[in-house]
Amino acid sequence: MIYRCLTTFGRYLLLMGRTFSVPERMRMFWKQYVKEMAQLGINSIGIVLLISFFIGAVICIQMKMNIESPWMPRWVAGYTTREIMLLEFSSSIMCLILAGKVGSNIASELGTMRVTQQIDALEIMGVNSACYLILPKILGLLTIMPVLVVFSSAMGIIGAYGTAYIGHIMPPDDLTLGLQHDFVPWFLWMSIIKSQFFAFIISSVPSYYGYTVEGGSVNVGKASTNAVVSSSVLILFSDVFLTQLLS
Amino acid sequence: MLKNISTVFEDGITNLIIGQSGSGKTVLMKNLVGLLEPTSGQVLYDGRDFVGMSKQEKVQMRREMGMIFQSAALFDSLTVLENVMFPLDMFSSMTFRERQRRAQECLERVNLTEDAHRKYPGEISGGMQKRVAIARAIVLQPKYLFCDEPNSGLDPKTSLVIDELLHSITHEYKMTTIINTHDMNSVMGIGENILFIFEGQKEWQGVSADIMQSTNQRLTDFIFASDLLKEMRQAVVKT
Repeated sequence: MIYRCLTTFGRYLLLMGRTFSVPERMRMFWKQYVKEMAQLGINSIGIVLLISFFIGAVICIQMKMNIESPWMPRWVAGYTTREIMLLEFSSSIMCLILAGKVGSNIASELGTMRVTQQIDALEIMGVNSACYLILPKILGLLTIMPVLVVFSSAMGIIGAYGTAYIGHIMPPDDLTLGLQHDFVPWFLWMSIIKSQFFAFIISSVPSYYGYTVEGGSVNVGKASTNAVVSSSVLILFSDVFLTQLLS
Repeated sequence: MLKNISTVFEDGITNLIIGQSGSGKTVLMKNLVGLLEPTSGQVLYDGRDFVGMSKQEKVQMRREMGMIFQSAALFDSLTVLENVMFPLDMFSSMTFRERQRRAQECLERVNLTEDAHRKYPGEISGGMQKRVAIARAIVLQPKYLFCDEPNSGLDPKTSLVIDELLHSITHEYKMTTIINTHDMNSVMGIGENILFIFEGQKEWQGVSADIMQSTNQRLTDFIFASDLLKEMRQAVVKT
């Protein structure tokens, strides 16, 4: 088990070594980079906004319903909604969701390219296939991730306002007061820094699983599943360390 | 597993590697193009040892190679024209118009009409995909062309078209072409130098004209597997 983990980690490092090299043709790299940013990032904005809106709304309702007490200030629901969205949801939980969407996409795309010999065709042409295929994915997701984090936080807060204005759960003024109370700008940066680590995991780990597929379509499916499970576990582990480190 | 294979593939002609499924043809080809590293021995290209080359030298060397895979291996996300332009985009200093013109020339050479240029690989037939793969392989005018079972999955008529195309392009571009096949039409039709592999070892080498007269039992068992071919051979031997 330990031997297998170390072997996999070693192979992953070797692949990353090949990936982080100077692209053969910058023009082709930029083309791929923009394409991957759109495919992995821009195409995920919809799902991120949708989930963030509802989670923001639900957190606000839960806080209002369960913490309400004469001893608690009226702004506490807004305050906790903001802190949860900013500190955990918009970085960690959103990245867990993206690990499923983006991770399986990357692993199955590269896996299919491997089994249909498209990666071999690149190698025969003298192209560094790892650099050409994986580097734009990693850099593309790293670039777009802060945008997703900010959008997610903002949409969560809009969701909370939705409960106040539409659901009349609490007066909007109380919510605004809570959202503005004791705001620490560092928390936003912390969220973005954490998301950068997670973006690297989400793009590089599935790339490894997809790129190293052997066999046929069944193995592509297995690689896709392994990629999602491994990147999710790694996100959870690194979340613990990063939170400790950055808090 | 390959053992004791020592052979020369001649310049400017169509060389064939034949053998049963699992005999080691694809492994041999992967060793030739560097997708696999032999545990011992040498692969020499005009005297240059490919196995002993540095990574950078191998990359340079690979630009002199073109390859057509069994599955065509076209890039799904690119159109036919973009697939053929890809090697030019990567390695040439031509302008966009020049690259486009060169890719169109190659597509015309393999008889693909302009309607197909904007289509994606998934939208064209297997035979057309193979022709696109040929166009992509020759776009940089390689010195060496490798084809791994180019007729696999094609009907007999389309197979003949592909064979004829490979043969004529080999002579036109003065390339050294090496084809892995177990298609008997290819063997008899375009094989100018034939290497027969049996269980990972070189069993026989010669030209197609020699096959009819060959006394090598394994070769004749492989080539004349069907009753019809056996009868044909007997007729040739009698005359």
